[in-house]
Amino acid sequence: MSDWPKVRLHVVTGKGGTGKSTVAAALALALASGGKNVLLCEVEGRQGIARMFDVDPLPFEERRLTTGLPGPDGTPGVVHALHIDPEAALLEYLALYYKLGRAGRALDRFGVIEFATTIAPGVRDVLLTGKVFEAVQRNSRNKGAIEYDAVVLDAPPTGRIVQFLNVSNELAGLAKVGPVRSQADTMMTLFRSPRTAVHLVTVLEEMPVQETSDGIAELRSVDLPVGGVVVNLVRPQDLTPEQLAAVDAGTVAADLEAAGVAPVPTLVDSLVTEGREHAERRTLEASQRAIVAGLDVPAYELPRLPQGVDLGALYELAGSLREQGLA
Amino acid sequence: MSPASRVGPTAASPAPPLDVDALLDDREVGIIVCCGSGGVGKTTTSAALALRAAERGRKVVVLTIDPARRLAQSMGIEALDNTPRPVTDVDTGAGGSLDAMMLDMKRTFDEVVESQASPEKAQQILDNPFYIALSSSFAGTQEYMAMEKLGQIHADSVAPGGDGRYDLIVVDTPPSRSALDFLDAPERLSSFLDGRFIRLMLAPARGPMKLMGAGFGLITNALTKILGAQVLRDLQTFVAAIDTVFGGFRARATKTYALLQARGTAFVVVAAPEPDALREAAYFVERLSGDQMPLAGMVVNRAAQAPAGDLDADEAASVAARLRRDDPGSVTAGLLRLHADRVRLVEREGQLRRGFATAHPQVATAVVPALPADVHDLEGLRRIGTLLADA
Repeated sequence: MSDWPKVRLHVVTGKGGTGKSTVAAALALALASGGKNVLLCEVEGRQGIARMFDVDPLPFEERRLTTGLPGPDGTPGVVHALHIDPEAALLEYLALYYKLGRAGRALDRFGVIEFATTIAPGVRDVLLTGKVFEAVQRNSRNKGAIEYDAVVLDAPPTGRIVQFLNVSNELAGLAKVGPVRSQADTMMTLFRSPRTAVHLVTVLEEMPVQETSDGIAELRSVDLPVGGVVVNLVRPQDLTPEQLAAVDAGTVAADLEAAGVAPVPTLVDSLVTEGREHAERRTLEASQRAIVAGLDVPAYELPRLPQGVDLGALYELAGSLREQGLA
Repeated sequence: MSPASRVGPTAASPAPPLDVDALLDDREVGIIVCCGSGGVGKTTTSAALALRAAERGRKVVVLTIDPARRLAQSMGIEALDNTPRPVTDVDTGAGGSLDAMMLDMKRTFDEVVESQASPEKAQQILDNPFYIALSSSFAGTQEYMAMEKLGQIHADSVAPGGDGRYDLIVVDTPPSRSALDFLDAPERLSSFLDGRFIRLMLAPARGPMKLMGAGFGLITNALTKILGAQVLRDLQTFVAAIDTVFGGFRARATKTYALLQARGTAFVVVAAPEPDALREAAYFVERLSGDQMPLAGMVVNRAAQAPAGDLDADEAASVAARLRRDDPGSVTAGLLRLHADRVRLVEREGQLRRGFATAHPQVATAVVPALPADVHDLEGLRRIGTLLADA
């Protein structure tokens, strides 16, 4: 059972290097079960989705990406992908809301599009989030467009997430009134509602955990709904701290011998040392885990996969997220 | 089999080693720029390089962007005041010194405006909402300002005719998705200022509007419709004001870029043994050579350490399974599984690094092992410095 049944828009953020794109992709797979349609969006122009799923670079157009993780009844849903690029989004926006087909193209010719999307990051963010907003708000009146049960946004990193989502505030200095402003205000209503959740990805190290905690406080200070914390790249937990503390070379040598491996001292020493180093890191992880637990938001853990993350691993991670209730 | 012909995880790294101490001791080198994608340990690497250089006798200033709080505290740069501060507890026995500075992007931008315009004009710009947006969140402002500050410190203290306070500047580049952002920022800002739209906005002030043709009316109407008249007026004021100031700005950007291409600058690409970080590093290396910029080498942080002994991953896993059959709680089985994971990780990272080295054989590389804890004091930085030099 999902912890977030009402959420339509899952925003996934995290410090660089924590694997937020991987988590966003796994979450989209996990949500897409039982015939549900899920849209996975990226906004940073990296084509990370295309790389992860091994498909051609995505255009600014919704594409069917893959089938999701099968649900309890064995049927999967469909994951669609969208690469949102601010210039294309602006043109679409102008055509859609202002019927500025021709003028829109003229604006492009005069470099206005480039101007708007470079100089005013507030405008840029409104355009990027505006497209996401549109995908979330779709209903049966939008003929021909796919209605999504959930939208997952691979968002900018934690340090920039509040600025990114808090669009009406960003625009406040620039546009106090006017259509862009009211558009931004409508979007904020969705972002602040229980239909949105901002999940933060971290690893069990000091800086990312600190940044996560700062991020949560910052999101709360502007009434943006905090979702869960996804602790990524967790080391294997199958030995308890007590077992690790009690590791002794004699037992290891005897066990190896019993299993038919020559207990040469280099191997025995190496295993004992590896155990000790692992214990050291686990202790550090445990202290960071305690801090995460103190953040007072649901936490989910994903293992570090020694072979790296390939397509199969994404489904594995998706399964784990579903089991833990993020999806 | 002779050791030289071994392949696989235990084969030596094919890349030539990066001689960190030779780089730091080279008096010709006055600027070291640490670049890399986000989350690879750039800040720590630059601080460690700066400290080691200082303790080897260089007069160093390290320009950092966003250090972890405790690291900043230990270096005495908690305050964002845009001025280099001496770092205490540095061993100055070799005649060196270390100052550190945390870059305040907006302040740097404001300073540039103030230095380029009359006080009234400067104030007018500083108060304009578009300027505020540009200076605090323009994509690339951080990079641009890091470069601006680098140019300033270099002119004041390193270049001939300067006060000679420093002989080495170590630059930590802003956290960004792409390492290329640092190099692209000045160009992005310049092309933005030279853009058609800016020229269009300036046109009414400069000459008869009819020259712009029918397009102009269409544009202003559209903009008024979307943004409102007030915004358009603010925008016009901003563009007119900024144009007078930024002529000088553009010239400085060009000059700093040339400084980066000059002898005396060394780039260090920082990466982690992950596909994304190494791909970014590869883009960056290619770009540097394309722009004739001097690459000193690459630092690969957070590498998994190969365990001793030659038990491979599959064997360890199968022995672990055998032990678990007899005793499901076997601790030795748990250790063997850790060993198998670690060997696989080392193999995968080795493969990634070999892939990089095959495509870029000229890049000297230092591999720094993953440390259990974060670094937040000078002692930790010293240890990283030693690891860098020994790598």
